Amino acid sequence: MSRVSESITGSRPDVSDTPLRVEDLTKRFGGITAVDGATFEVERGTLTGLIGPNGAGKSTTFNLITGMLSPDEGRVIFDGEEITGLEPHQIANRGLVRTFQIARELGEMTVLENMMLAPMNQRGEHLWRSVLPGARGGVVTQEEELLDRVWETLEFFEIEHLAEEYAGNLSGGQRKLLEMARALLTDPDMLLLDEPFAGVNPTLEQRLLDHIHELRDQGYTFLLVEHDMDLIMNNCRHVIVMHQGRILTEGTPAEIKSNEEVIEAYLGGDV
Amino acid sequence: MSTTDEAPADTLRRLWAEDAVKIAALLFVIYAGYLVSGLVLGYSLRGQLNSLASLTFYIGVFATLALALNLHWGYTGLFNIGVVGFMAVGIYVMAFVSKPLYGSGGAAQVGGLGLPIPVGILAGMIAASVLGFVVALPALRLRADYLAIVTIAMSEIVRFTFLSSTFQQFQFPTLSGGTTRVGFGGGSGLILDFPDPLLALIDALGLSGAYDGLVALVGTVVPNNPDPIAHSLVYGVVLLGVVAAYFWLLKRTGESPFGRVLKAIREDEDVARALGKNTDRFKIISFMLGCALMGLAGILWLMGQGAVTPNFFRPRLTFFVWIALIIGGAGSNTGSVMGGAVFAAVLYQGPLYFQNVVTSVFQPGDAPGSFGPAISPLLSSADPMPFLLYTLDSVRQLQLVVMGVVLVWLMHNRPEGMLGHRKETAAAIPLGRQGGGAGPESGSSQSDAARTDDNGIGGESRE
Repeated sequence: MSRVSESITGSRPDVSDTPLRVEDLTKRFGGITAVDGATFEVERGTLTGLIGPNGAGKSTTFNLITGMLSPDEGRVIFDGEEITGLEPHQIANRGLVRTFQIARELGEMTVLENMMLAPMNQRGEHLWRSVLPGARGGVVTQEEELLDRVWETLEFFEIEHLAEEYAGNLSGGQRKLLEMARALLTDPDMLLLDEPFAGVNPTLEQRLLDHIHELRDQGYTFLLVEHDMDLIMNNCRHVIVMHQGRILTEGTPAEIKSNEEVIEAYLGGDV
Repeated sequence: MSTTDEAPADTLRRLWAEDAVKIAALLFVIYAGYLVSGLVLGYSLRGQLNSLASLTFYIGVFATLALALNLHWGYTGLFNIGVVGFMAVGIYVMAFVSKPLYGSGGAAQVGGLGLPIPVGILAGMIAASVLGFVVALPALRLRADYLAIVTIAMSEIVRFTFLSSTFQQFQFPTLSGGTTRVGFGGGSGLILDFPDPLLALIDALGLSGAYDGLVALVGTVVPNNPDPIAHSLVYGVVLLGVVAAYFWLLKRTGESPFGRVLKAIREDEDVARALGKNTDRFKIISFMLGCALMGLAGILWLMGQGAVTPNFFRPRLTFFVWIALIIGGAGSNTGSVMGGAVFAAVLYQGPLYFQNVVTSVFQPGDAPGSFGPAISPLLSSADPMPFLLYTLDSVRQLQLVVMGVVLVWLMHNRPEGMLGHRKETAAAIPLGRQGGGAGPESGSSQSDAARTDDNGIGGESRE
């Protein structure tokens, strides 16, 4: 543990360049070690890819970072502060927001309701402001502003025609779009995207990628789990490879591509 | 989409009016049904007014309870099957606070704190919501079914606590330094010997003159002792006013960012948490508010009844409220009111009323005293009359069977309730293209859909 703290103190100066740092993260489920001492960091303003075969521990890593699971060992540092063991909502409120691998739309709510839910710290989330006659005016004003933003976002993702549909009626790809649009509305500093393109058609995938690059240029940071190797290789500057809960290697796409270990792990040694 | 020509406010008003019309129409049908059957039977006017008053009373209490439960289950997805516990705490604490001090005359074995009735009502509501907090704190972090177990256990603990001789009577310190004899009366119940709450309310509002006028008016049609009739009619109207107040409060709660988070918790709590919502806070506030409303419903149900016993608060009362909510459709405030009304009129009061109707129309003889004499003529000489009479006589017991059958039928055939699938939008403003200026001018869904097809965003997977 002391070694870990030293390394953090040692790297404090450039902490602002690495908003997310994961150290020795370990999670066991019974006899299975799903994540085994994972250590990596994500640079600010980059699109970093996290790849690995099924069961490599990518989603568990996401759950550990975002507080859905608490790690058995290790620490998660976001923006220079340790967030290990914080509640998911606390982590989200610090600007680290995730999407889910299997899109988790709120089925009995309309797309608009789903979207309106996302913005953080809404005035009307306090019951008394929503109910008391004198205070409700401010809530209504804010709702109108939020609704404008929601429509803009819906139009960007080209799902505005579904606005009044129940989210449960959307197709798989549409749900993915909704989920990503919703996450963006929280105004995060960093987004963890768990296979955001699964089930999204290629045209839209490209649009989404363009948008992600645009946001990245504005200073947003992305960590992306994706199965599509080509997509990762073409869009990420830095790639982290996980295998059997461990970080196998990391580097530029070119380095990863030529890494024999990766090819063996990822493709089972067949290629 | 057909409402695009109207301003949002108009649309909202129109929709609200529709719901109000629905409720009013349902109440009209129920009252007309009771009145007409009463007329056919040649009920006296007194009988008619009494049956209307008691019908209104039960519609009022079940509608308020269904509304409160709808906040828990329909909005937040909190599986509370301890409704009676919160009602019991409401009325018992209210009685504790508002009963006159011991020894000030009267038949009561124990006294109270002698504080005004409104203070008692407030104390009862606060006590119910504090109990809700205590129950919720450990249980809300667990899965929904654990909350259910905790709540039903709590409601039985509350009942047995009020039954226990330990709390039957005890000394309580007073402001003046001494102690006074108070208690919950144990199994023999608690006499509610505070002044009549309705008359106190009327006095406080300065409406005694109007009330006396009403009594005189009732006296012109029912000369003999019109006071109780006027009293129960006015109390029924007050209860309907409380239903309206609950409806307003819960509609505003639901149609807000707060209500939106509650809905999200119901759908998928992890998503709400991942979006930065402190779901524990929302669940606890929602639970405590609902519990306070249940406590008030308990107070309103019992404070005019003269006495209260712990065994009134058996778990089956909780399930009555659940049936009312399921009839109306969980998640809808309008549905909750209508479900409460239908339950009260058809399932709760209906069977007894039916029994009275049949008895007075056919004037049958005495029913057999037990099942044996009832069933043997049917088997031996194919004479169904004793059995039918016995069935009619047992309508109180069969009521529960009927409720069970209705519940099973509803869950199979209409789990979404009598109004069908309801859209009650969780936002403080109508969500639609008119709400924001950002949308493109042509908002027609058809052209949008066409554009979507061009782009191929059908959600088809890449494979």
